[in-house]
Amino acid sequence: MIPLSHYLVLSAVLFALSVVGVFLNRKNLVIILMAIELLLLAVNINFVAFSHYLGDPAGQVFVFFILTVAAAEAAIGLAILILLFRNRHSINVQDLDQLKG
Amino acid sequence: MTLLSVVFYVLAAVLVGSSAMVISVRNPVKAALFLVLCFFSAACIWITLEAEFLAITLVLVYVGAVMVLFLFVVMMLDIDIVQMREGFTRYLPVGAVIAGIMMVEIALVVLSGRFELDNVARPAGQPADYSNTRELGLLLYTDYVLAFEVAGLILLVAIVAAIALTLRRRPETLYQKPSMQVQVKKSDRLRVVDVPSGTRQGDVE
Amino acid sequence: METIYILIPLLCLAASIVAGVTGHLIGKVWTHRVTIAAVGLALILSLLVAVDVFRGNVFQGSVYTWAISGGVSFEIGFLIDRLTVVMMSVVAFVSLMVHIYTVGYMHDDPGYTRFFSYISLFTFAMLMLVMANNFLQLFFGWEAVGLVSYLLIGFWHERESAIAANMKAFLVNRVGDLGFILGIAAVLYLFGSLDYATVFTGAQNYNGDPVIGPLGFKWEWMTVICLLLFVGAMGKSAQVPLHVWLPDSMEGPTPISALIHAATMVTAGIFMVARMSPLFELTTTALSVVLVIGAVTALLMALVGLVQNDIKRVVAYSTLSQLGYMTVALGVSAYSVSIFHLATHAFFKALLFLAAGSVIIALHHEQDMRRMGGLRRSMPVTYITAVIGSLALAGIPPFAGFFSKDAIIEAVHLSNIPGSGFAYIAVLSGVVITAFYSFRLIFMVFHGKPRFSDQTSSHLHESPRSVTIPLILLAIPSLAAGMLMVESALSGALFGNSIEYPSAAEGAVQYTALGMVLHGFFTPPLWLAVTGIALAWLFYIRYPLLPGLISSRLTLIYRVLLRKYGFDELYQMVFANGGRSFGNWLWGFIDIKLIDGLAVNGTANVVGWISGIARRLQSGYVYHYAFAMIIGLVLLMSWKLWA
Repeated sequence: MIPLSHYLVLSAVLFALSVVGVFLNRKNLVIILMAIELLLLAVNINFVAFSHYLGDPAGQVFVFFILTVAAAEAAIGLAILILLFRNRHSINVQDLDQLKG
Repeated sequence: MTLLSVVFYVLAAVLVGSSAMVISVRNPVKAALFLVLCFFSAACIWITLEAEFLAITLVLVYVGAVMVLFLFVVMMLDIDIVQMREGFTRYLPVGAVIAGIMMVEIALVVLSGRFELDNVARPAGQPADYSNTRELGLLLYTDYVLAFEVAGLILLVAIVAAIALTLRRRPETLYQKPSMQVQVKKSDRLRVVDVPSGTRQGDVE
Repeated sequence: METIYILIPLLCLAASIVAGVTGHLIGKVWTHRVTIAAVGLALILSLLVAVDVFRGNVFQGSVYTWAISGGVSFEIGFLIDRLTVVMMSVVAFVSLMVHIYTVGYMHDDPGYTRFFSYISLFTFAMLMLVMANNFLQLFFGWEAVGLVSYLLIGFWHERESAIAANMKAFLVNRVGDLGFILGIAAVLYLFGSLDYATVFTGAQNYNGDPVIGPLGFKWEWMTVICLLLFVGAMGKSAQVPLHVWLPDSMEGPTPISALIHAATMVTAGIFMVARMSPLFELTTTALSVVLVIGAVTALLMALVGLVQNDIKRVVAYSTLSQLGYMTVALGVSAYSVSIFHLATHAFFKALLFLAAGSVIIALHHEQDMRRMGGLRRSMPVTYITAVIGSLALAGIPPFAGFFSKDAIIEAVHLSNIPGSGFAYIAVLSGVVITAFYSFRLIFMVFHGKPRFSDQTSSHLHESPRSVTIPLILLAIPSLAAGMLMVESALSGALFGNSIEYPSAAEGAVQYTALGMVLHGFFTPPLWLAVTGIALAWLFYIRYPLLPGLISSRLTLIYRVLLRKYGFDELYQMVFANGGRSFGNWLWGFIDIKLIDGLAVNGTANVVGWISGIARRLQSGYVYHYAFAMIIGLVLLMSWKLWA
């Protein structure tokens, strides 16, 4: 049988990979957004695995909500991305330093 | 090793591999496609965990909607791919080290046995007439109904926000406004001028 | 009786307020009438109290409690014993004389009423000082007389030199007062009380640990206290090296020089040490210091008096020298002799000053003795009284000064505390010099040919009665006070147990007035005084060219004396300029560099610098923030994992 820990390790690997993705793709905002989606997916895998092993469907309810919010986030993120590209003709993150102190 | 295990490990391998491709491929369109593969394999893993509703939702919502949205955006934007890759190798070591530390730590926690994870037995499969959708629906519309409403509101706000952000007015374009055309009155178009009469030639000073 | 005690100083205070506040309303005549009446009444009451005290009624007690704080009560109280009444009578008498004298002297001065207000205020303060039964009131009187002294030295405040002189007096006195108040603080710390009686009893029984001073020296508490108190006395009584203010204080009007800077205020230090005699008796070290300081003052200042040409300055330096004599007497524990000399000195020195003032107004404010001479015919009263004063100062029997000064010399001769040998030589040489300069003054001013313009001599006349009457009235005690008081003063009976009368001095000098005069003929001081007078005659009457000759031969000594040993220059250089450069350093380095530069602007700069660094954290790049979040997450996980 597959122990619970394997699911968790899988999720950890996925999580770490997406963190690396955030780091590597400094220039490309789209890929960063994708990496964030991956991060959420890793968390969701954890939830589902726990929900199954502990026999509590509440975990799946949480995943449901996370999916909802992640979808909303993706939509708004992409909207911002489009707005950004429209105004600056670039999605290079290094050009976005308006917050600089 | 049961069939389930084989399926799991294969799916896990595909998931990890495709996610590695997501973050490393040069072309964002390919990255989006690998992301689709990621989500798909994750959905399959969820089915092995008897979360059928969520697995389907993931495929429908993510693969069907969100990923398409990504592809749309990526293709819509005119992105210089070469420039996108700059600094990729420069940041690789740092990212790898950080990610490595994170993963090792998580693995240490998970595999330390401190939570007695291995004692949690995998429950026996649900009976054939079990409906995961029904189960979730019962929970969602009773205990979590308020949260559900809030989630709906969040989606609404997201829609409004996305539209408001991307809506572009083009003042240079001319439109017809039928409502204005319909409402037009005589006084808007016609001016009656009262011309003074009875003035003779020579009165003018 | 208590009412009378309170009334004596308050009369003077009331007169001062009336003269000061309403002086311009009631006019000159009523101003001096009011103040003279008040001071006269104070004198009569003082004499009444004196009679009462000599019958044996000593009063000691507080009349008003001002505040009680931390177990220490601050009271206004009176200690009326024999020492007090002697001082009160002297102060009130001289003050009255000066009041009367002022009517003539200051007649045309625009500050007439102000002047009367000040001298009445002074009388009040001085009386409070001598009547005090605790250190606080003593200090109050001490500072109040200092204040009035300041006001009066600068009375003619249009003069640049007067302002400089009163500032100098004030500053030098601050040095002394610092020591004095530290002494009082030490007394309060040690005995927990400011009351004389408590402190004296406590001091007798005190056997605590010594103070560890700088460099690890051990100091007895009593020595420390006495030395600190004596620093105060040095400032007020103008002892070397804090004497520099007194000669300059002659910028004030002459009556003030007589009252404050000769007869009363400057003797406050002497009075204070005599009052503290139970404390001083406990420490030989302090007495030795007192003795040596007094001897140095007596000798050095007399020498400076030799070369002065300003008539008031000659008298001023003789005052310094005589204060040195009194201090010497304190040093050898002859407190009663010291107060005795204080009293006689008050009379004859006030007399000399007033006589000098009489000469000055007669010559229209000419103070240089080189432009005087031959005044004895036109100013007989002034002449005779001045001669009486000078004889008393020089120590010729039977004038007052002889008895008191001779008693001091005798007491020094008999003493064997450290420094008494030096002091004996100093006071003996002082006698010659004193006699010399006082008769130099007489000869230069009243004898010889007139050296002023004919215009001045044409309307030269004797001073008005308001000036001559005080002169005559002061001449009487200058002549007689010594004879009357000597016996009781020497035996200690005059002051009873109000001041310490050490057994060592007892039986040493026990003479009647006549016996002392006879004894005087067999001791050096009298003959030294006569020698001094003879020398003065030789130099200034017989061979008037001699002084010029000698001064041109001994230029170095002459110039040192003329420069007053360079004390002024030294203080100017070390304290004034040093203080200024220290202040400049404080301003330039401490204030500008350290406080402004380092503390104030430095704080801002450091904040700015840190902000400059912290600003870079806010790069504006989203991935930097994401990186920070992840690092934080990793750290949190590591902490949870291993901590």
